[in-house]
Amino acid sequence: MLILRCPYCGVDVDETDLHGGGEAHLKRFGPGSTDDEFHDYLFMRENPKGVHFERWQHSYGCGKWFLAARCTATLEVFGTYPAQTTEPPKEVVEAIKAKRPNWEVL
Amino acid sequence: MSTRLQSSGRLLNKNNPVSFTFNGKKLRGYEGDTLASALLANDQLLVGRSFKYHRPRGVVASGAEEPNGLVNLGRDGHFEPNQRVTTQELFDGLEATSQNHFPTLEFDVGAINTHLSRFLPAGFYYKMFIYPRPFWKHVYEPFIRKSAGLGKAPKDRDADTYEHFHAYVDVLIVGGGIAGLTAALAAGRAGAQVLLIEQTAHWGGRAMVDQPEIDGMSAEAWVAQTLAELNGMANVQTRTRMMGSGVYDHGFAMAYERLGDHGPHDGPRHRLWKIRAKQIVTATGAIERPLSFAANDLPGVLLASAVRDYALNYGVSVGDRTVVVTNNDDAYRTAIALKEAGLEVPAIIDARTEATGQLPEAARALGIRVETGKGVATVKGGKRVTGVAICAQAGEGSVLEEIGCDCVAMSGGWSPVVHLWSHCGGKLKWDDEQAMFRPDPKRPPMNQNGIGFVSTAGVANGFLSTEGALTDAFAAGETAAKLAGAKGKADKAPMGADAAEQPISPVWLMPQGASYKLRSKAWLDFQNDVKVSDVQLAAQEGFESVEHAKRYTTLGMATDQGKLSNINGLAILSKSLDSEIPNVGTTTFRPPYTPISMSSIAGVAQNELFQPLRKTPVSDWSNDNGADNEPVGAWRRAFAYVRSGESVHDAVNREVKNTRENLGLLDASTLGKLIVKGPDAGKFLDMMYTNMMSNLKVGKCRYGLMCTENGFLMDDGVVARIDEDTWLCHTTTGGAERIHGWMEDWLQCEWWDWKVYVANVTEQFAQIAVVGPNARKVLEKLGGMDVSKEALPFMEWRDGKIGEFDARAYRISFSGELSYEIAVPASQGRAFWDALTEAGEEFGVMPYGTECLHILRAEKGFIMIGDETDGTVIPQDLNLQWALSKKKDDYLGKRAHERSHMADPNRWKLVGLETLDGSVLPDGAYAIAEGTNENGQRNTQGRVTSTYYSANLGRGIAMGLVHNGPNRMGEVISFTNIGGEPIRTKIVDPVVYDKDGEKQNV
Repeated sequence: MLILRCPYCGVDVDETDLHGGGEAHLKRFGPGSTDDEFHDYLFMRENPKGVHFERWQHSYGCGKWFLAARCTATLEVFGTYPAQTTEPPKEVVEAIKAKRPNWEVL
Repeated sequence: MSTRLQSSGRLLNKNNPVSFTFNGKKLRGYEGDTLASALLANDQLLVGRSFKYHRPRGVVASGAEEPNGLVNLGRDGHFEPNQRVTTQELFDGLEATSQNHFPTLEFDVGAINTHLSRFLPAGFYYKMFIYPRPFWKHVYEPFIRKSAGLGKAPKDRDADTYEHFHAYVDVLIVGGGIAGLTAALAAGRAGAQVLLIEQTAHWGGRAMVDQPEIDGMSAEAWVAQTLAELNGMANVQTRTRMMGSGVYDHGFAMAYERLGDHGPHDGPRHRLWKIRAKQIVTATGAIERPLSFAANDLPGVLLASAVRDYALNYGVSVGDRTVVVTNNDDAYRTAIALKEAGLEVPAIIDARTEATGQLPEAARALGIRVETGKGVATVKGGKRVTGVAICAQAGEGSVLEEIGCDCVAMSGGWSPVVHLWSHCGGKLKWDDEQAMFRPDPKRPPMNQNGIGFVSTAGVANGFLSTEGALTDAFAAGETAAKLAGAKGKADKAPMGADAAEQPISPVWLMPQGASYKLRSKAWLDFQNDVKVSDVQLAAQEGFESVEHAKRYTTLGMATDQGKLSNINGLAILSKSLDSEIPNVGTTTFRPPYTPISMSSIAGVAQNELFQPLRKTPVSDWSNDNGADNEPVGAWRRAFAYVRSGESVHDAVNREVKNTRENLGLLDASTLGKLIVKGPDAGKFLDMMYTNMMSNLKVGKCRYGLMCTENGFLMDDGVVARIDEDTWLCHTTTGGAERIHGWMEDWLQCEWWDWKVYVANVTEQFAQIAVVGPNARKVLEKLGGMDVSKEALPFMEWRDGKIGEFDARAYRISFSGELSYEIAVPASQGRAFWDALTEAGEEFGVMPYGTECLHILRAEKGFIMIGDETDGTVIPQDLNLQWALSKKKDDYLGKRAHERSHMADPNRWKLVGLETLDGSVLPDGAYAIAEGTNENGQRNTQGRVTSTYYSANLGRGIAMGLVHNGPNRMGEVISFTNIGGEPIRTKIVDPVVYDKDGEKQNV
């Protein structure tokens, strides 16, 4: 059972109070996109063993969605941050690189 | 024979004898006994039959690792199968029966299987029962089901209560032996909040049997002193009869406290603890391994430590003459303890070529014969041990000598209990010198900060000596406290001392060159009846992965989860594969450590507490007035209001006719009501709905569809524009929370710069549908707002008073009748319902339920989310193209509808279905097409999505999705009908009642 810090409430939240929402930082493709672009947006996910950016909702708390950078292998959490961004913030990227020097932003 | 010793039994209260029954026989024991020790004291060596061969089996161990001693316990509402006799404390009136035998424990006809064992090797199910195919279902499986399984399932409802506890601590320490106590001492002194738990009723663990010296005093005195110190610390909690059952992500642990298993009790029987710990120290000790020699499963062959435990803890001798078989020094303690208790130890058979340590010398000094370099060729006896045949360990089993005995105490060395360490990913390393897997402290389970949150202490960490265990455990407690943020000093570690031991010599098979005949009688897994020969066969047949070999042979898959068998089994596997043990690895350790009751998992979540039910302001009235409820999400909605003398079907038919002819009232309060407000609300709703909502005029309503990004229909409902920047969106009953969440997700994560606010006001309003030709009359009688055709036209809404009620009246219809849906504040819902019921009396008012609602909408061809849709249906399938805006550049689902298979003309489409004989089509029936598919099944060309009996039309009505359906009006096709002839059915228009809509436009 994971513990993630809600960046809005500032509290450490048990997984039972959270709702997972899959991979973060997806770019939406709508009308005008190619079949491949739309297919990838709908279905293709990174599913890495290692650093992963995820969507989580503090559903039994403030109700807000936030994003988490987490290692899927060791369950280490590098940081959580508000969902209103298209890419991980600098400090989260730095926190990841401090622990995983070989990791690169995709 | 096994019997009670007069002189020993440190856990017994001999002043308090208790009586209990085993298979109906009345027996006596003492307070402090386990069921196992009490059975042995009564010479009840035989406790069960094995799973596959029905071989007679006796107790092997003295603790949680026991594979054989499983019994049915209690009766009626307190009955529970598969309870381990070694962990069950004895109490007065305990009732136990043995399992897995027919007709009796002493005489079991299934024991014939042991003679058939050549034909029942590993994987025999897969080999024997493949052909002929139909035999599996009708012959093999029923037979196997009958002969398999251990205990009986309880028949009665559990009469006990259960509960959950949540705890938050700095350091959780699992195991109350000297290592756990020491770790708790260090962590407690350092100031950490500590929870120390012990699965048995006693503190001190194995040290209380072996009594090493600690800090210059006896182990017993040291444990008492330490416990007193711990209990004096406000920051330390200690609990017995509480097992650490599992360790999960980020410091979550589960523990299982048995409050009522040791006698009559008030309050809950079990308590499941959900613990969040910053650090977890597992001081879980080790489990002794059996040795693999022929007939090592006979009753009377026990682990050496268990023989010692029974003698010293419970004053029970398993036999008068015990032969000790070992590959290590520790087992000599058993020989010495027995000898000192006045029992005979004819010989110690030591597989090692020499034994010159302190303990062997002490044994020799007591006059015990020690045979080194020897092994057991086979154990003699039938239902109990009568002797052992001795051979050279290095040989193939030629018998040198037979020694008469009635007990064999075996020890193959010790395996640290690494389960909790491993549950969440802690890795193991192989310790060649001590022949065991031990935790690799460099690779612990990680917490959210990337720091290990589990450590192991003492014997569990591979430190088998008292001195080593105490030093290690103290450091573990100190480190855990520090990592958890404690700042205090832990002071000094206790010092331990015990006899120096010489190294173990690993023995995985005895004798090392044992013949097939011997190997096929050398048991690894006692509970699942897996032998050395089975694992070797699995390897030979290519099951080289330890996980595959486990599943093929069932090694370690019984209720004991291989606590005794896994290491021995994988050693045999690695030898067969000519590989090293660490390369073969272990199977995965999974929680719980030992089985926990299903009821403890449920806790208090049963009956009305299982799931909170949602109630509308009208629910109580409905339940008082014949409501036959159906679950809709967490709501209970009236399916129909049944009057006395009526069937449910009668009531539905009455409601259907009355609503069309007079006046019906529906409690529609459960419909989702979402307020969407803000300068960008119109733009936002244009994305959410397939049709245009931004151009809806204030005061008007519009039916809307919502699709997922995949293009599939997910919800529908009427949207009303309340003012310039406010819309009210109705959702389906089941969809309110989901759609609210859906909107929030898009607003927060995609269009976060749009100024929109969404509020779910579902429960703030009661909503009542007033439906039928007399709907307007009853509202006019109550007085207030003008509800005339001119003042409140179809698909519009008005705020105002109806009678004395603040009301918002929507002129919308899901029935095709003149209909108003009227929302009032929830607090006035019941009063408004009562007012309508009273005023409507002269107009023939009747409440109606959800089935009537369904029939009325189906007569009009209106779709229902969840009936016509199932997550694979797009609006085009339901002929709802009119609701897909062509003016909008984008909405959720628009791009998906352009994908090739969405635009495929071969998709099944909505039509009405009319059976030629007027019967009601079975729900979900398939339309049969020509030919068969590649699996030999009939091809299909459609399916029924909604089907009802219409009292208004006097026949069945249905809707369904049919290939090319709308172009096949009038065609007759056949639908499947399980157990009967296919049903001939005509494709018709879905609207079968008041096609021109004259009834609602009045």
